[in-house]
Amino acid sequence: MAKSERVLLTGNQAAAEGAVRAGCRFYFGYPITPQNDLPEYMSARMPEVGGTFLQAESELAAISLVHGAAAAGAKVMTTSSSPGISLKQEGISYMTGSQLPALIVNVQRAGPGLGDVRCAQADYWQATRGGGHGDYFCLVLAPHTVQETCDLSALGLDLAMKWRNPVLVLSDQQLGQMMEPVDLPPMADATLQDPPWALTGAAGGREHHVIRSYFGRPGELVEWNRQIKAKFERMAVEEVRCEEVDTEDAEVVLVAYGTSARLSKAVVQRCRQRGQKVGLLRPITLWPFPAAAVRALAEQGKRFLAVEMSYGQMVEDVRLAVEGRAAVDLLSTFGGEVPRTADIEKKAVAMLTATGKKR
Amino acid sequence: MAETSTLKLKAGRPKAMLPVKTHYCPGCGHGVVHRLLMEIVDEWGLRGNVIGVAPVGCAVVAYHYMDIDMTEAAHGRAPEVATGIKRVRPDRLVFSYQGDGDLAAIGTNEILHVANRGENISVVFMNNTCYGMTGGQMAPTTLVGQRTSTTPKGRSLIGEGPPLKVCELLAGLDRAVYLERCMITSPKEIRRTKNAIKKAFRVQQQEKGFSLVEVLSPCPTYWRLAPAKCAEFIEEHLTKVFPPGLIKNTAFPDAV
Repeated sequence: MAKSERVLLTGNQAAAEGAVRAGCRFYFGYPITPQNDLPEYMSARMPEVGGTFLQAESELAAISLVHGAAAAGAKVMTTSSSPGISLKQEGISYMTGSQLPALIVNVQRAGPGLGDVRCAQADYWQATRGGGHGDYFCLVLAPHTVQETCDLSALGLDLAMKWRNPVLVLSDQQLGQMMEPVDLPPMADATLQDPPWALTGAAGGREHHVIRSYFGRPGELVEWNRQIKAKFERMAVEEVRCEEVDTEDAEVVLVAYGTSARLSKAVVQRCRQRGQKVGLLRPITLWPFPAAAVRALAEQGKRFLAVEMSYGQMVEDVRLAVEGRAAVDLLSTFGGEVPRTADIEKKAVAMLTATGKKR
Repeated sequence: MAETSTLKLKAGRPKAMLPVKTHYCPGCGHGVVHRLLMEIVDEWGLRGNVIGVAPVGCAVVAYHYMDIDMTEAAHGRAPEVATGIKRVRPDRLVFSYQGDGDLAAIGTNEILHVANRGENISVVFMNNTCYGMTGGQMAPTTLVGQRTSTTPKGRSLIGEGPPLKVCELLAGLDRAVYLERCMITSPKEIRRTKNAIKKAFRVQQQEKGFSLVEVLSPCPTYWRLAPAKCAEFIEEHLTKVFPPGLIKNTAFPDAV
C-alpha cells in the first residue's frame, strides 16, 4: 500500500483490506457481479501479505474451503453476491453448528433467481433468519459507507473469532462498487494461532479434537443446541449496534441500513433544514436487530418509516420491535430500483402531517 | 472355546484406534481400512501430525474410532475441507475418507478440482457400489443390472448410465499423480491396500501432488451376501468393472 494510509477504494476493496488489516490471511472466493473486484483485489493482496488466495470452482467449494481453514484455526474470509450466498447456506449451517469462525461478505443484488446485478436489499431474511437449515444465527453487520465497510469487515473478523461463529457483512451493489476515501486501520498481528479447539494434529499426547455438527447419541444434540443457543443469546445482548440521527425530538423516524440509510440521511438533513422533525435509526447490526432502541422510540409516540430495497423484510423486525405501540409504514423498491430521496421525503413528510393514529 | 494360552498375540488394536465398539455391520470394509490407517498412524508416529476429514455416509462418525484430529464435512465436500486444512497447515498430513456416493455423486466437482489442482492431500475412497447409510440406494458405482433400493429392476444402462470409474476419470489430470485401486478380500490384498495408503501418504509428504486409493469394499447388508460371498463377488464381478491395480503413478517414476 502507499505511504499514506488514506486511500480511495471501492466498497468491495475496502471490505477486503479491512479483513487483511484484522489479520485475515486466507481468502476463498468465486467471481460474481457486483463483487468481482473483491476477489481480484485479494488475488494481488494476499501474496503481498504472505496470505493464501484461491479462486474455487464454485461458491459451494469456497465455503467448504473456509470450513476447513477455520477448523484448522485460521482467520478466513469468503465473499459473494446473493445467488452465490444461497449456495453457501449449507456450509454456513455446518459452520455455525460446528462453532467455526469466518467472515462472509454478501454484496446484495436483485433477485429472485438470477435477477439482475443491480442493487437490492432482499437478502435480509436470508441473512438474519439463519439462511440455511436449522436453528442458528450469524452476526450480521451492515455498513453504509465505504469507510464503514472497511471497519465492519475488520470488526466482523474479530467478532467471528471471539464467538466462534460466522459473521456476515451485508453490503449491496451501490456500496460495493462506489469509491470513497478510507482511513485504513493499522495492520493487526496475523500470526497463525493455535486455538484450543482447532485441528492442528494431536501432538504432545493431547486428546484428539473433533469438529462436528452431528450429534447422534441420545441427548447429545439437545445439550449441544442448548450451548449454542445460549451463545446466540449472549451475542444478541452484547453485540447489538445502531446509529441514531436526530431522533430525540423526531416525530417520524426512518429506519434504514446500507444504501437506503445513505439516502435517508440526506432526507433527514433536508427535512431538518425546513424544521420538519424527521430522524433516522440506522441498524448497524441487523442481527441482533436493535429492537430495544426502536421500542424506546416507539414508547415516545414516534412513527416509523422503514426504507428498504425489498418487498418489505426489515420492516417486520421494526413491527416486532414496536409491539403494536406505534405506526410503522414502508417505502419499498425492488427489481434493482433504488429509492429516490424525493420519494422518501414525500412519504416521511406525509406521515408528519397525518393524524398520528396508530394502525 | 479353544485354549488360547499357547497363542501369542502378534497384533492387537492399534493405539490410534479408540477402544470402542464400532457401529459397522459385520463384514463391512470400514473396520479393516480404519485399522490400516490407524496402524500407519502408529507405525509412523503420525498422531501429532495427521488431520482427517470424515464423510457423510456409514463412516460419518469415523472420528469416534480414530484417535486423531478430525472434522466432519458436508456431503461430498471433504476434498475441499481437507484442502482448506492443508492450505493452513501445509506440514500436516491431511486425508479425506469418503464413500462412493460422497465422492462420486454429490462430490464430483470437489474431487475433480482438488485433484486437478494437485492439492497435497490423500483420499481414501471406499467403493461399495451403494449408499449404505441411507438404506442401499443406487450409487454412481452401482453395476449395470445390480438391484438396489432405487433400482429394484437393476441399474439400467440407458437412463442411469454405466458405473463411474473414479481412478480412470482422475487419471487424465496431470496433478493427480498417484491413483491405485485395491481390495481387502484376502490378507494379501489387505497388505497391498495398506502399502497403497502408505505410498499415497508419501506422495503427500514429498509434496508431489494429489493421491487417491480406491478400495473395493464389501457391503454384506445391501448386497445381501454373507461376507465370504462378498469377497467372491468382488473378486469375480467387481474387478471386471473396476480393475484393481496401480492405475497411475507419476509420483515415483523410478519405482514400480
